[in-house]
Amino acid sequence: MSSTNSGLGRSIGFNSLLLGVFALVTSLLLASTYLNTRDRIAEAERLSAQSGLLELYPATSHDNDLLDDVLPIPDSYLKTLGLRQPADIHIVRKAGEVIGFILPAVAPDGYSGDIDLTIGINADGTLAGVRVTRHRETPGLGDKIELRKHPWILSFDGLGLGNPPRDQWTVTKHGGIFDQFTGATITPRAVVHKVRDALLFYSEYGDQLLTAASGDGAADDNLARDEGEQP
Amino acid sequence: MSSLSYREIAYNGLWRNNPALVQILGLCPLLAVSSNVANALGLGLATMMVLTGSNLAVSLIRRQVSEAVRIPVFVMIIATLTTCTELLMKAYTYELYQILGIFISLIVTNCVILGRAEAFASKNTALSSAFDGLMMGMGFALVLVVIGGIREALGNGTLFADMDLLFGPLASNWTLHLYGEGEGLLLAILPPGAFIVVGFLIALKNAIDSSLEQRKARTEVGEKERVSRRVRTTGVIN
Repeated sequence: MSSTNSGLGRSIGFNSLLLGVFALVTSLLLASTYLNTRDRIAEAERLSAQSGLLELYPATSHDNDLLDDVLPIPDSYLKTLGLRQPADIHIVRKAGEVIGFILPAVAPDGYSGDIDLTIGINADGTLAGVRVTRHRETPGLGDKIELRKHPWILSFDGLGLGNPPRDQWTVTKHGGIFDQFTGATITPRAVVHKVRDALLFYSEYGDQLLTAASGDGAADDNLARDEGEQP
Repeated sequence: MSSLSYREIAYNGLWRNNPALVQILGLCPLLAVSSNVANALGLGLATMMVLTGSNLAVSLIRRQVSEAVRIPVFVMIIATLTTCTELLMKAYTYELYQILGIFISLIVTNCVILGRAEAFASKNTALSSAFDGLMMGMGFALVLVVIGGIREALGNGTLFADMDLLFGPLASNWTLHLYGEGEGLLLAILPPGAFIVVGFLIALKNAIDSSLEQRKARTEVGEKERVSRRVRTTGVIN
């Protein structure tokens, strides 16, 4: 009896030790892989986020770092843009002047859930462009909102709140100017309406945004000048 | 079991015991990401890497691990290798990682991997286990790529689109346009298309196998007849 007990105890002890050793070895392997790839992953994520912004404002159109030059979206407007979490507006500057903004928005009423958008709005309130960053719409039908699949999303370029008039900011089926796709009305309608909401947001909050952004930029400029004067 | 030659291992993994077409294992990622060649190849290569690595590791430690704790140890090894693969893909092929997303981490749950660890690697030498993992993984990846190719060609009218996500800018002009874009058979890209294509592939494999068997049987019968005729002639002469 006592001998089987001690045998069992020894076997449990041995197996636990074995498991522990393997846990340690695998953790070490994981940790070293993590440490070795960490910087590269951060860089890849940054590049990916940046390339999304650069699609709306190509590198030649501006001279600031779009990724880091940001202002927070006021909480009261998060709902207008369909956002559930606080997010930032990216400022686009050229030669010290604010020429536009890039803001995120989510159209919640797609055919299969959320459609994530990035919307570029020029300082004068016209659209620099719109891109879909994430969606789950039906392949072959609703996914034509992706630029890779179809140029439809480019039809927003240059439009604004008065052009077309507000009641035409919808798909042609509902009397608007934006094409729907054969077999898919819901998806483009969701995108069009959310872009309109973003423009409404800009018409209400744009002035404040411009002031805040130029104040920011001016401060930066002053700082740069101060630093420049130092011997 | 341990006397299997490399030829047999390769034949087993790629054809006779193919994980996707015969064992029908790991279908979840197979069906979910096989909508084009680039995605299919990405997941196929990742699975192959994990499978080879896990088979090698399991085989190396097969004498040290006791029966009681071998499954948790195997799972730990597989999970570690999968996470490492995921990190590496994130670092070097970030856009592809974003497309494949959760299916990379789901490699852990691919029963092919634990299955090979238990059925082969825990009983065989390190070298033949690694080779078995490579061949099984290749068999899986090949089926994945063929399904991806068929679905992409039928559904999108292209082949090898987006290969640059895997091979860098060098591959950005590999895309073959087979016919007018956007006029494809939508069903092929939707999930049911994956089931239909995999069904046809299994049927095709079975058809090839049975026709090979018939031919073999026929030649055997022919040989027997020849033998018996000779016996009879000798009989007559005598």
